[in-house]
Amino acid sequence: MNTSPVVKIKRNTRVMELRRAGRSLLKARWPIVGLIILSFMIFLALFGPQIAPKDPNRQTLILRLQAPMTQNADGVVDFPLGTDALGRDLLSRMIYGARISLFVGLASVLIGGVIGTMAGVISGYLGGAIDDIIMRLADIQLAFPFILLTIMVLVVLGAGVFNLIIVLGVSQWVTYARIARAQTIAQREREYVEAARSAGARDWHIMMTTIFPNILAPLIVIASFNVASVILAEASLSFLGLGVPPTVPSWGGILAESRDQLLGGSWWLAVFPGVAIMLTVLSLNILGDWLRDFLDPRLRR
Amino acid sequence: MGTYIARRLLQSILVMLGVTLLSFLTLHLAGDPTYLYVSERASEQEIIDTRQKLGFDRPLPVQYFDFLGRLLQGDLGTSLRARKPALELVMERLPATLELTLFAMFLSTILAIPIGIYSATKRGTPLDGGIMLFAMLGQSIPGFWLGIMLILSVGLGLRWLPISGHIPVIQPALEGDISTAISNVPNALLHLIMPGITVGVFSLSRNARLVRSSMLEVLSQDYIVTARSKGLAERRITFNHAFRNALIPVVTILGLEFGFLLSGVVVAETVFSWPGVGRLVFNAINQRDIPLVQASVVLFSLLFVMLNLIVDLLYAQLDPRIRLN
Repeated sequence: MNTSPVVKIKRNTRVMELRRAGRSLLKARWPIVGLIILSFMIFLALFGPQIAPKDPNRQTLILRLQAPMTQNADGVVDFPLGTDALGRDLLSRMIYGARISLFVGLASVLIGGVIGTMAGVISGYLGGAIDDIIMRLADIQLAFPFILLTIMVLVVLGAGVFNLIIVLGVSQWVTYARIARAQTIAQREREYVEAARSAGARDWHIMMTTIFPNILAPLIVIASFNVASVILAEASLSFLGLGVPPTVPSWGGILAESRDQLLGGSWWLAVFPGVAIMLTVLSLNILGDWLRDFLDPRLRR
Repeated sequence: MGTYIARRLLQSILVMLGVTLLSFLTLHLAGDPTYLYVSERASEQEIIDTRQKLGFDRPLPVQYFDFLGRLLQGDLGTSLRARKPALELVMERLPATLELTLFAMFLSTILAIPIGIYSATKRGTPLDGGIMLFAMLGQSIPGFWLGIMLILSVGLGLRWLPISGHIPVIQPALEGDISTAISNVPNALLHLIMPGITVGVFSLSRNARLVRSSMLEVLSQDYIVTARSKGLAERRITFNHAFRNALIPVVTILGLEFGFLLSGVVVAETVFSWPGVGRLVFNAINQRDIPLVQASVVLFSLLFVMLNLIVDLLYAQLDPRIRLN
């Protein structure tokens, strides 16, 4: 097969970049820990039904509120993490819960990221009135306590995974738009964009295939932090009863149910899902930090 | 400065209109909002009557201007459950929420700044590492979960702090009973510690990290190197030369901070049974008391926009680069 030298060089630099990233990741201890934890959570989310020892919604009312590691009559531990107020297996519910948290996090970041990036690139590349309108909209949204509006929207539309994803997604577009715009403005006058333009490429083509790949790095960093904050927001909203419906096991939802059991001493219902959320968010934050420092050497210290 | 104030005022008015428009439109997102006001078993006639009574049969623009007009007169609708004006219900509970928010604000700024500076001057030591690890954890913990854990450990386990209850300070002060207000302070603070940490932990951690990195940035600049080569004491460099410039990014987010903390209050008040607006909103959500939710959201948002305006104007006064830009 004939590969042009340019493509070869391109491929080689890409491989070198990846190697550099791998080395830097191995040198830093914490990001590796974060990566392992996150991979574990993703594994749980993907293969939940195959891993979970029990049906997460099966109620055994006689066995309600069993403490973790309780042995049954035969000396076997049926529920390693205990059961909830309806006698459901907490371990299985936690494993299924990984799905909701990660899915809501990723999906809404994807929605916010796509809308925001497109708005930002268009705004930065075209300038003029369109730029003004988009940036004023962004200002207005930033001046808004968004979680309050989110509450309002979810009260009216009703709680649910779909509504949650849309609302949380739309709430983030501004961050991406601002960064994409600033980056686009910086790239717009560069020679390679000039070259594409003089070769007759259309605006849309230049924006999406010429400029976009070159502004991707900072957006990915923001996205990694945003997945973390969306997971936190989802937990808060589910805690308020505005997130995922109670039939779907989610970490925030289990925490919400634990509230009524606190005084009764069922600590496990509150401790385990909280730890799961914290570990996931912590891993994402650590990885985001590392990614930012890696992509922007000026920030390294 | 005059033009800056005018521009900023105009912008705030636009945002406030945006806030009211959005919270108005939200009601109509799911179609006819009448169904949010009647019970599920309401008869056809009941629905028609309610629709007419609330004016939902009129064109949207008319309804919006009506909404705006009533808002200007302080009429935010009537709570469906309490049968009282929503504004009155919110105002009754505002002092408790302000106490909690201000306390959290104290933690997230007054406390975060020295922590960040200290960490920056001790950069690279185990102590700095420890502080930053805690800050990282603080940014990754769901605030309300930390609240639950505090209740379980410090409250129920060690019995050091009360797990619920609120001792009013602002309320008696407003009523002119200053001596009660003052004598309530120590007990009020005890009750504030755990809810305050719950609301403020995220901001505290983020700001400590922010102050640290902006301090490090400033400390590496030429004028600091000059000061050091002149032989100035390290303490003097930290406080006289670096401190003020390192604070700029913190001041920038101060206005946004208050709104952020206000949103955290809804969850924290629910965890600690704090008798504030947040708990009111939570109960209103559960009882589907739409006018009350809407009134709280609109009021909080307006408060937020106004605070932002004040902070921005103060900031422009402090830093000439802002108003000239």
